[in-house]
Amino acid sequence: MSWYIIKRLIQAVPLLLGVATVTFLIVHLAPGDPMDMFLENRNLRNIDPEVIELIRQKYGLDQPLHVQYVKWLGNLLQGDLGESFEHRRPVSALLAEAIPYTLQLTALALLLDALVGIALGIFSAVKQYSVLDKTVTIGSLIIYSLPSFWLALMLVLVFSVNLGWFPTSQTRSLDYEFLSWFEKLADLAWHLVLPVFVLGIASAAGTARYMRSRLLEVLNEEYVLAARARGLKERAVILKHALRNALIPIITIYGLSLPFLLGGAVIIETIFAWPGMGRLAVLAIQARDYPVILATTMIAAVLTVIGNLVADVTYALVDPRVSYEKKKPV
Amino acid sequence: MKRRSQSNHLILLAALLPGVGHIVLGKRGRGIRLLVVTIAVILVMYWRWEVFVSAFHSTRIDHWLAAVFLIVSLAASVTYSVWDVRRLLTEIPMATRGKSPYQLARRRFRANRLAVTAVYVITAFYILAVLAPLLAPYDPSAITDVLKTRFLPPSMDHPFGTDAFGRDLLSRALYGARVSLSVGLLAVMIAISMGTVYGAVAGYFGGFIDNVLMRIVDVVIAIPTFFLMLMLVGIFEANLVFLVLILGLTSWPGTARFIRGEILSLKQREFTEAARAIGLPNRLIIFRHLIPNALSPVLVSTALMIGGMIGAEAGLSFLGIGIRPPTPSWGNMISQGKDALLVAWWVAFFPGALLALTVVCFNLLADGIRDALDPKALMQRFV
Repeated sequence: MSWYIIKRLIQAVPLLLGVATVTFLIVHLAPGDPMDMFLENRNLRNIDPEVIELIRQKYGLDQPLHVQYVKWLGNLLQGDLGESFEHRRPVSALLAEAIPYTLQLTALALLLDALVGIALGIFSAVKQYSVLDKTVTIGSLIIYSLPSFWLALMLVLVFSVNLGWFPTSQTRSLDYEFLSWFEKLADLAWHLVLPVFVLGIASAAGTARYMRSRLLEVLNEEYVLAARARGLKERAVILKHALRNALIPIITIYGLSLPFLLGGAVIIETIFAWPGMGRLAVLAIQARDYPVILATTMIAAVLTVIGNLVADVTYALVDPRVSYEKKKPV
Repeated sequence: MKRRSQSNHLILLAALLPGVGHIVLGKRGRGIRLLVVTIAVILVMYWRWEVFVSAFHSTRIDHWLAAVFLIVSLAASVTYSVWDVRRLLTEIPMATRGKSPYQLARRRFRANRLAVTAVYVITAFYILAVLAPLLAPYDPSAITDVLKTRFLPPSMDHPFGTDAFGRDLLSRALYGARVSLSVGLLAVMIAISMGTVYGAVAGYFGGFIDNVLMRIVDVVIAIPTFFLMLMLVGIFEANLVFLVLILGLTSWPGTARFIRGEILSLKQREFTEAARAIGLPNRLIIFRHLIPNALSPVLVSTALMIGGMIGAEAGLSFLGIGIRPPTPSWGNMISQGKDALLVAWWVAFFPGALLALTVVCFNLLADGIRDALDPKALMQRFV
């Protein structure tokens, strides 16, 4: 087993190297070098050319591309992501502040996805063709299709502006510092409700649809028939025999849903002024702050690769039929 | 002799008012559809006669296109109606003909009422988008007395209300539909064709080529698509063409992986062997024999992807880095509505509702196609 994990880890290395190369190339293939883009964006064209040259030298932009690439890669391996043009601070420090916020959001959204999605999927499959089932299938399709930013705005409109139940944005209230620890926690949760709901509900709808069809598939299997024939209670048949097998592929779905959650977080964080990685990326793009753009894309890719890795390893742990030696290329 | 003159009357009727002939002959569904299209076209011409006429002298290609589209669709409905009525009158129905798998799939699709409705809605949206210059009650970018006309709530004059500059939102939504709908469609065409060819080449040649090509796919898939789009759109100052290219070029790896899998199994089959045995070049084997056989499941993902792309374009425009504001797109309209959320809910609501409806319809369409292609799945999914 540990051999399998090590093998998968080794496989991830060239993948991440590829990602690093692609992102580096994209940024540097754009017309003009990053400094030009940054200056143009802020209407700073009139600066003394000598000053610009000095700045170029400071960021190493005067060197040939391959030198820059090797340097950047070397720094990346040491955890040095360069310095932000916009904030004049190390990118790693910016990311260290932002990533916990994003993880908070995505982890809770994933939890919502798992709880609501799987539960609805089970109910829907067990009571196939019932009113509940029809509501879930049609409702999940609609929710799945709603543009998340529009849903977020409409929820803010109803629950924040009109009803005043939840805050419109930000991560904490103004008087946060003066609250007791319990109130602080409540305040945080209160601010988390809307963003987590919007982020999680769409993927929950997807999970519900998937769970439903998987469980229906499994319920047609002969071992379910056998379990019923032995006189087991329906509850036991579904929860003990069918559900366990239906859940296995869901693990892969979770691994794959991470990039979508991260992408969704970009928009949700922007709407709710949530100081996470997605918002950092959007602000960096608006400011043409290329070290930050590179770094956020890199980190998003790393998180995705880790997500897939964890999903594959969990899959292998849960399903004894998966052999560790001869794994199909995923 | 009597029968002959009767059928002549019928053909004349079909030419004068397409659809009536069908209804007389008992083909009610087709007849009503034809009739609705014809009447709608005539009504639009009558209602906007001046715009319609002036469109031919207009220097703006979209006005001209809309007017030509109207005429062509009128001509097409008359021609089709006459042709089809004649066919119905002369042809003896063959009840005992067998059905091809494709025909069976089409019949199953037709039985799915939700999916068929979705097709109608999508078609209607695309037609509305083409006809936007004729249908829009106001100029979408006309700014008049802003203080008097800004943030007017929905009313008879402005069904969707007006925005911060007093522009009519219905007109803007119609014009925005053109951007949103065409970007989605074109980007998916790029992504699907690129992914299909790429995956087919990898799967067919196998070995080293396959290895290299698929490792590239692995790398592209590892970068979350939305981040990739965000980065590219941000760096390459996206105009409309660039946006389409970027959306298309970031979304092909999924299709490539899928097609490769299909090709891997198809190339083991006898018909490929036969094609190779008679000495067909690889190019022909791939494009004539392998890809057509792998393509029908791709239809499902095409419909899904168009919905997704329209959403992605809207998302990018919403963030202010897709379609830039003077040109309306549903995404940047919602973005403007975000700033006005407290005073004017309708600015964000209507474009978003149209966007949501479009994406829902594409997803319903995808579901419908999947169920039609895969009768086994129909037992489990009825939506």
